[in-house]
Amino acid sequence: MVKVRIINGNEAAALGAKLSGVQVVAAYPITPQSKIPETLAKYVESGELKAEFIRVESEHSALTVCISASTVGARVFTATAANGLAYMHEQLHWAAGARLPIVMALANRGLGAPWTIFNDMQDSIAQRDTGWMQVYCRDNQEIIDSIIMGYKISEQIHVPMMVCFDGFVLSHTVMPVELPDQERVDAFLPAYKPHLQVDGPEPLNINPVMLAEPRADARGVACPSYMGFRMRLQKTLEGAEDVILQVGREFGDLFGRHYGYLLWEYRTDGADTILLTMGSLANEASLAADQLREKGYKAGVVALRVFRPFPAEALRKALSQVENLIVFDKNISYGYEGATCTETKAALFDSGLRPVITNFIVGLGGKSVSPADLQSAALAALQQKGRINGPQWLGVAV
Amino acid sequence: MTSKKDKFISACATLARGEAGRTGDWRAKRPIIDLSKCTPCKTGKPSCYLCWLYCPDGTVGRGMPVEIDLTYCKGCGICAEVCPTKAISMEVEEDFLDADCGGRTEAERVPGES
Repeated sequence: MVKVRIINGNEAAALGAKLSGVQVVAAYPITPQSKIPETLAKYVESGELKAEFIRVESEHSALTVCISASTVGARVFTATAANGLAYMHEQLHWAAGARLPIVMALANRGLGAPWTIFNDMQDSIAQRDTGWMQVYCRDNQEIIDSIIMGYKISEQIHVPMMVCFDGFVLSHTVMPVELPDQERVDAFLPAYKPHLQVDGPEPLNINPVMLAEPRADARGVACPSYMGFRMRLQKTLEGAEDVILQVGREFGDLFGRHYGYLLWEYRTDGADTILLTMGSLANEASLAADQLREKGYKAGVVALRVFRPFPAEALRKALSQVENLIVFDKNISYGYEGATCTETKAALFDSGLRPVITNFIVGLGGKSVSPADLQSAALAALQQKGRINGPQWLGVAV
Repeated sequence: MTSKKDKFISACATLARGEAGRTGDWRAKRPIIDLSKCTPCKTGKPSCYLCWLYCPDGTVGRGMPVEIDLTYCKGCGICAEVCPTKAISMEVEEDFLDADCGGRTEAERVPGES
């Protein structure tokens, strides 16, 4: 019998980590932290989860502990949000460069100043270029599933993953979630084997200074330069889509929920107008699309489930018939526009597709975005003549 | 490149001599030992060896006479600084290039290294 529990996103993330059999958890309870570490601490204390819960003095140290533990072969987990993630920034690069399969839960929240604890995606989008994979969840079920799949994907290609979900909108909202059965998760997720054995018969010095040119090691074997290792990270991410899809299908075969897709699509058949977004806003967008369909517009929704690696090919396919593309970003690259808008434009450039693209910046610092808001934004975009330069701020009068 | 056969996933080094490459060619100045001033050589007793103790790259030998491995010596000059009898002087590396190809012959150069 399928076990269903009514839980919020934080509990879903903690359960995902527990089911994945994480061995080390390190997190710091700065504001804004979430209930995720608290829940995991409870599991460890009660003996439900055989793991080390390591209390640290900062997020920077939390990720550093994860890096060390992952290096020596532990399956590790951490969770953070907003400024805490920003504080991890240096170590995010390190984890990716060291090729450690760390999975992190991230309750998306806005960054100060001014101070906010509420939802937007500025925190994770600002970490776009660290080399981590980024997955965005639409609901709490996707959180628990994405964390379990995350370990399988990360450990296969040795690249860390952020499982991102909207703060408050998902992190603090309860909804029914099917709990994957522990035995099946164990069958799905083999034990983690690190790609290096640092304390083997030949002890290793890891991640030493790399020179700009390749060098010969003591045995005369040519070793890559810094750029050679960085190129390997990029090539691996370029090939990661196949692994993400394969693991998503495998997960579906075992648990009945298929994730063999990079983009979530809704009513895109015959659609000439697409609302493009990420995360839980896809739900509001799908209601907006329904309303637009009722008014006679051929509207649909595309939501990026995976943002890194960027699913450019899948987007070109999904948007091949689109005339109007309306992009809703809960983030902005200040001085330009929303990140998903920029990247989607770049993906379309090579294909020669030239829909009219309108970018709306929405929901920063927790500003609520209703289906009606999205619908009126879409109608305004459809009625405009020609292309508008620059993003528009939805519902910000003052 | 990213196939399973690629053993270079992340960077690492073993604890072996020369693992970081032949660092001798970084050198701008070369340590030259005046054995008439060097304490162990002068006294005939295995003593002092501060140069050996302080060399950050382990290129100084604790023998008789004291020798410096120019294949790996980066020319930092710490040995010259710590020598109590000022037996070590740092000489401009370029002045030796014609004579000995900077401590190694052209044939010894590692492929791919500039």
